Amino acid sequence: MSVEGHVLANAVIALLLAACAGLAVVIHRSELWRAAAVELWRRRPIALLVVAVYLVIAALDSISWVGGGEVGEGGDVLAMHQPRSLIDRLFPLDFDEKSYSAPLASVEFYGGDPLDHPGRHLLGTDILGRDVLHVMLDGTRIALLVGGFTSLLVIPLALLVGVSAGYFGKRIDDVAFFVMSVLMSIPDLLLLIALIMAMGRGPLQVCIAMGVTSWVGFCRIVRGETFKLRELDYVEAARALGVSDLKLIWRHILPNLMHLVVITFVLTFSGLVLSEAILSYLGIGIDGSWGQMIDQARDELARDPIIWWNLAAASAALFGLILAVNFVGDAVRDVLDPRTLRERQ
Amino acid sequence: MSEPVLRVHELVTSFPAGRGRAAAVDGVSFQLAEGEVLALVGESGCGKSVTALSLLRLVPKPGRIESGSIRIAGREVLTLHVSELRSVRGKEAAMIFQEPMTSLSPVLTVGAQVAEALRLHEPMSAAQARRRSVALFEQVRIPDPDARFDSFPHQLSGGLKQRVMIAMALALKPRLLVADEPTTALDVTIQAQILELLRDLQRELGTAILLITHDLGVVNELADRIAVMYAGRLVEEGTRVQVLGEARHPYTQGLLRAVPSLGRRGERLAEIPGVVPRPSERPPGCRFATRCPVRLPRCASDPPGDTPLAPGHVARCHVVAQELAR
Amino acid sequence: MLAYIVRRTAYGFVTLIGVLLLLFVLFFLYASPHEMARRAVGEKAPPEVLEQWIVNHGYDKPKVWNPEHPFDTLLVEHFRRALSFDFGRGDADGTPITQRLREGMGPSLALAVPSFVFGLLFSVALALFVAYFRETYIDRMGVIVCVLTMSISTLLYIIGGQFLIGKLLRWFPISGFDASPSVIVRFLMLPLVVSLASGVGGSVRFYRTVFIEEGGRDYVRTARAKGCGDLRVMTHHVLRNALIPILTRTVVVIPFLFTGSLLLESFFGIPGLGSLTVDAVQGNDFATLRALVFIGSLLFIGAQIATDVSYSLVDPRVRFE
Repeated sequence: MSVEGHVLANAVIALLLAACAGLAVVIHRSELWRAAAVELWRRRPIALLVVAVYLVIAALDSISWVGGGEVGEGGDVLAMHQPRSLIDRLFPLDFDEKSYSAPLASVEFYGGDPLDHPGRHLLGTDILGRDVLHVMLDGTRIALLVGGFTSLLVIPLALLVGVSAGYFGKRIDDVAFFVMSVLMSIPDLLLLIALIMAMGRGPLQVCIAMGVTSWVGFCRIVRGETFKLRELDYVEAARALGVSDLKLIWRHILPNLMHLVVITFVLTFSGLVLSEAILSYLGIGIDGSWGQMIDQARDELARDPIIWWNLAAASAALFGLILAVNFVGDAVRDVLDPRTLRERQ
Repeated sequence: MSEPVLRVHELVTSFPAGRGRAAAVDGVSFQLAEGEVLALVGESGCGKSVTALSLLRLVPKPGRIESGSIRIAGREVLTLHVSELRSVRGKEAAMIFQEPMTSLSPVLTVGAQVAEALRLHEPMSAAQARRRSVALFEQVRIPDPDARFDSFPHQLSGGLKQRVMIAMALALKPRLLVADEPTTALDVTIQAQILELLRDLQRELGTAILLITHDLGVVNELADRIAVMYAGRLVEEGTRVQVLGEARHPYTQGLLRAVPSLGRRGERLAEIPGVVPRPSERPPGCRFATRCPVRLPRCASDPPGDTPLAPGHVARCHVVAQELAR
Repeated sequence: MLAYIVRRTAYGFVTLIGVLLLLFVLFFLYASPHEMARRAVGEKAPPEVLEQWIVNHGYDKPKVWNPEHPFDTLLVEHFRRALSFDFGRGDADGTPITQRLREGMGPSLALAVPSFVFGLLFSVALALFVAYFRETYIDRMGVIVCVLTMSISTLLYIIGGQFLIGKLLRWFPISGFDASPSVIVRFLMLPLVVSLASGVGGSVRFYRTVFIEEGGRDYVRTARAKGCGDLRVMTHHVLRNALIPILTRTVVVIPFLFTGSLLLESFFGIPGLGSLTVDAVQGNDFATLRALVFIGSLLFIGAQIATDVSYSLVDPRVRFE
């Protein structure tokens, strides 16, 4: 993270938190959504809590500032002037060892030299001596960035195109559908690779590439649903009464698409995070992600005796998030199913 | 007198309701003699369809037959082993359903489905099955039966599909046919045709029919006897003449009054006020007490017993019992 | 029917042209040949070296419009190469691309086809089994196991599979490939097993839902009322009707065959198209990558059309279009 970039990140987090608070208010006000949220909590409290934990870690890791911390003799003075997040500050400033060490060990893995911080690396250290627990926690931010930020980029765009195509039909739909067809006919991973190769490798490019590939799925669902909604009797009645298109879309079509958006978002989330892991294997992922940790592990497993803690930490973190999101996603889909929505009304 | 084709005694079938279970069929008993047509009548939700499904143990999970006895052609259905049950279904007793549109598999020809019914119970070659199926199609008055054998369900109208269902059900000449609202989903003119077909076939084959319906017009066409059901229990039973002409139970009377008649113009349609209570909200006594125009205080707490009115005519009502006692 | 196939193929062709356009925009307009040269040769290379690279690889033509020779542009070249399957030489090492594609097809198919077929059969059978026992412990356990297995990344399956079966148990070789019929199975076994393990969760869960839904339909009730036993109901009625949604899903699954082939081939040393892609990425070989995306799309569009057509074979309601 660049020295000024952290200020931007802090601002973004503050904004996101404000947005979440606003969203919470909106949900609380609407009886339908509040009932759904309560039902969701009733069904899958554990999975929701797990996701919340990940979210909190990611948020904490995004708030950073410069300063504080002490450096021991011969320590890295430069490090003192790098911005460090709340998570970073959980660890001492000069925590790195020289290379591998096993969890809670007192000596280096190769050579047996004593460590600088014996017994304090809960999950050991990696090839560069970094504390594995620290790297794992840092990876949380990236995973949620990939899954969440990308979707946030994609949803408004997909809504715009999908609703326009579904509502106005004809030419607009022809064009939109053609673009969607082209994107849909390239296998996702190939498209991701092509985009990143063309745009260059970096976290922003990866997010954009993932956005492009996941946009189509969203858009297709929105378009299909808008087609259906447009034909509904009350929409036709409103149109006959002379209600403007924009108003119709805002009041009748969009609210009825929201449940689909939520479901699709949650279901796409895991796919995105898993895709990033594969991109990291190919070397075009985001630095510091769990995928990258797993990529390093291939080499580590081949050694004898094997080095397993890097892989274990990243796998556990990845698995935990994906599993929790999958469970939550299933529950969200059940809760927001139009049939059950109607019953509860 | 020979053994009745169907003998149901204190049948109880329950479904989950709230935290526990509620009985959709709550202690229903009746009999059906050889070749007789019994109409089981009642509003939607009174449990008549569940009764019909229970007879062949086709109640969908999470429903469950709790207790009682069902004897078809002398055999106790509820204790039959699954393989024995399979030999009863389609052969001794058959069933046709309300929705002909969805009751046939869309990916198989109608002929194949009728032939399947035959070959499940009797050894025969495909060619023989085809011949017999086409003959059955003729019997149920399907035009161009040989060509129709190779049609798919989506190519047939509702009426034709229902004829196929009847052909399938009567293929092995069962002694009992359970017909669950066979004409409800059809156009009125088609209804008349199907009813006529059922009546003719019934006379021809001597099949006993349990006819489930909410339509009193249908009842008048086909039924020998009528049983009226309300909220899981039978409230009145008798011959067609007795129930339609001399109904004594307040509910039956209300039902009959509610049928609009062409002769009475300008009158307000009579209705029974209130709604059928949900299984979890049933009163302990007579179930109709909440809507009964002539209820007595004891009706709410005391379930009424059988009050014989005439040979073969029974009502379950305190008010009727009281009137008779005078 | 024939008219439908023709229409569908025509639209597929138009879509393919769209794909080629997209590739052109990405790799010639957005990331210019200059940019590619810089990435291939190095950031600090002097301009003459970059120019030389561009000329060597044939990228020194005008991109879209050439006033002297209207058809001598990169755009036309790009389309001509793709549509005639003459892809030229790779950017990284100059090997002829078309030849490498042809060589890679065999091993890729040798892995992908059994993967797909066995995966389908196995998942359907398992889903039937679980659906038969719906609402019992077997069913509930089954669903949880499915979600668990679905949540594990393919990477982990591969690493785990290689480690467990290859290194610890030593049942199969960890990687490598030998196309001779007697040995080929040994090398394909492990990637096949890994591919099945990683895909089974999601598939079984979906098929189970389909089977349960179909099992609740009215025509199943009719079949039972006729005297059909449970087994016959499953095989003759439910399965046949379930083929329709199952077919729909196969289209969705096919891209994952590509993903899988990428990882599996690269991890297990199988010299197929997936490996080729990985090499292209790591070697910054844009030309090969473009060819691979084109071929991938071509295959995918073909698969989509094939699935559409097969609907008419499975669902009589669709036949008369």
